[in-house]
Amino acid sequence: MTSIQKNRLKDQLFKFWGIACTLIGLVMLVIFIGGILVDGLSRIDWAFITDLPSRKAEKSGIWTPLMGSVWVLVLTAIISFPISVAAGVYLEEYAKKNRLSAMLEINISNLAGVPSIIYGLLGLEVFVRIMNLGASVLAGALTLSLLILPIIVVATREAIKAVPNSIRDASYALGASKWQTIWNQVLPASSGGILTGVILALSRAVGEAAPLIVVGALAYVPFAPRGPLDQFSVLPIQIFNWISRPQQGFIDNAAAAIIILLLITFIMNGIAVYFRNKWQKKLQ
Amino acid sequence: MESLFILETNGKKNYSNTMSEIMTEKTEDPKIETPIAEKYKLQTKDVNVFYGDFQAIKDVSMNIKPKTITAFIGPSGCGKSTFLRLFNRMNDYIEDFKMEGKIKIDDNNIYKNKIQLEQLRKDVGMVFQKPNPFPKSIFENVAYGLKIQGIKDKKLIADRVEKALIQADLWNEAKDNLNKSALTLSGGQQQRLCIARTLAVEPSIILMDEPTSALDPISTAKIEELIHQLKKDYTIIIVTHNMQQAARISDYTAFFYMGELIEFDKTKKIFTNPEKKRTENYITGRFG
Repeated sequence: MTSIQKNRLKDQLFKFWGIACTLIGLVMLVIFIGGILVDGLSRIDWAFITDLPSRKAEKSGIWTPLMGSVWVLVLTAIISFPISVAAGVYLEEYAKKNRLSAMLEINISNLAGVPSIIYGLLGLEVFVRIMNLGASVLAGALTLSLLILPIIVVATREAIKAVPNSIRDASYALGASKWQTIWNQVLPASSGGILTGVILALSRAVGEAAPLIVVGALAYVPFAPRGPLDQFSVLPIQIFNWISRPQQGFIDNAAAAIIILLLITFIMNGIAVYFRNKWQKKLQ
Repeated sequence: MESLFILETNGKKNYSNTMSEIMTEKTEDPKIETPIAEKYKLQTKDVNVFYGDFQAIKDVSMNIKPKTITAFIGPSGCGKSTFLRLFNRMNDYIEDFKMEGKIKIDDNNIYKNKIQLEQLRKDVGMVFQKPNPFPKSIFENVAYGLKIQGIKDKKLIADRVEKALIQADLWNEAKDNLNKSALTLSGGQQQRLCIARTLAVEPSIILMDEPTSALDPISTAKIEELIHQLKKDYTIIIVTHNMQQAARISDYTAFFYMGELIEFDKTKKIFTNPEKKRTENYITGRFG
């Protein structure tokens, strides 16, 4: 065999190996989703979504944890969005490149790698105890906001960095102040990227159970929260609770709840992808 | 070579101003500053620019008359762009930037601490090397300068946008597509849009940093024609790599080399009978 043939063979071999590796993840996901669908799909109907929890599996619904998730998600978005975008804008547009900003940068990257349960402990100490918010939706949302803050900061910075300097120059040269330039040019031009980051971060938050358990979200809440200081549960905790029961009925409920949760995250990711594509087109 | 020098000598502005004469005219005596200020739109005196330890501009003094076109020429890295960007303080954003000396526009020192950058840049517009329209509609691009000044009157904005687009010779092409994204325009149209955007805020000086270097010859010709028309109302300073362009459009030419102003004179003089050997060498293509 000549060396050219050898190289071609290697090429082919690697191609198949690569395909196999790619498929591993995909096949797992298909098996998982298939199993879930078989178990849970028949359980999903309108009543399953609107019913309150019950001791009987077939009468149980996900209304309270679903509403809990929605509450937590909305509050988390409201809290984390302005804070982390402002932090990202500061770091990218205002902070001088010196030791301090380098330290800030490293620490924000580190924060993104802190295990979520640690955030739960932080939330328990600061929000539940010191700020005396109790095991409330607000305490949970604040905790998750901390969790996703570094993700949004990094996404914001990347999006702002992608805005060409020529646009800033043009704005300054027309007599715009720094803030006018950021508000009228940089933020609109980077909004797609920022929004994508926010949505991806929120879709991570909606799947978190551990930090919320530590903060004190309950597995069983009789009513959907009506205000930010009410007790709450969220879908992942409900799923965890159901799946640890011995009865088959609850296992099916868990599968059905997983489908709903997956649907929510898929939709959110879909929206994120949509914004990203639109944004990339806009900036060419 | 003759074709290079189709220049109109503007009889009205026939005072000679070689470097030496400018220097003697502008003596230290403050009493005679006023008549000079009337005569000159822009004056620089002993300007030095440093980036950290590197000196980018060395002792440049220069006086520019109103409603003339001045071309800055010189090899890459000679400091001509740096010098141009001093006039609207666009170098301020560069770290380690330090400037010494005086630059006066209409007899106001623009590097005084109290000066309003926003006000300065309203008066001194700039067109960049690469067309850089905002990723917004054509209308929004031209209206931006007015909106950031806080002008809310829709009618006034629409009038000024139209006027600017007409001045920039883009109105006929753009009038039916004002709401279309500026990025759909061709490169030459985008550059004319950038000129319109600058004109809309009604500056008195327009700085152009190699405005045609990213454009094809036809678009370049259009922009040059436009620059020629704008001379009626504006003082224009243009940095160019293209010596034919300098010869074609400018009244005065300044030759920079290694951060120094080697020669500054009427364009005709620079291109036919330069004082300095180095200028001649550059212009005839022997170096650079």
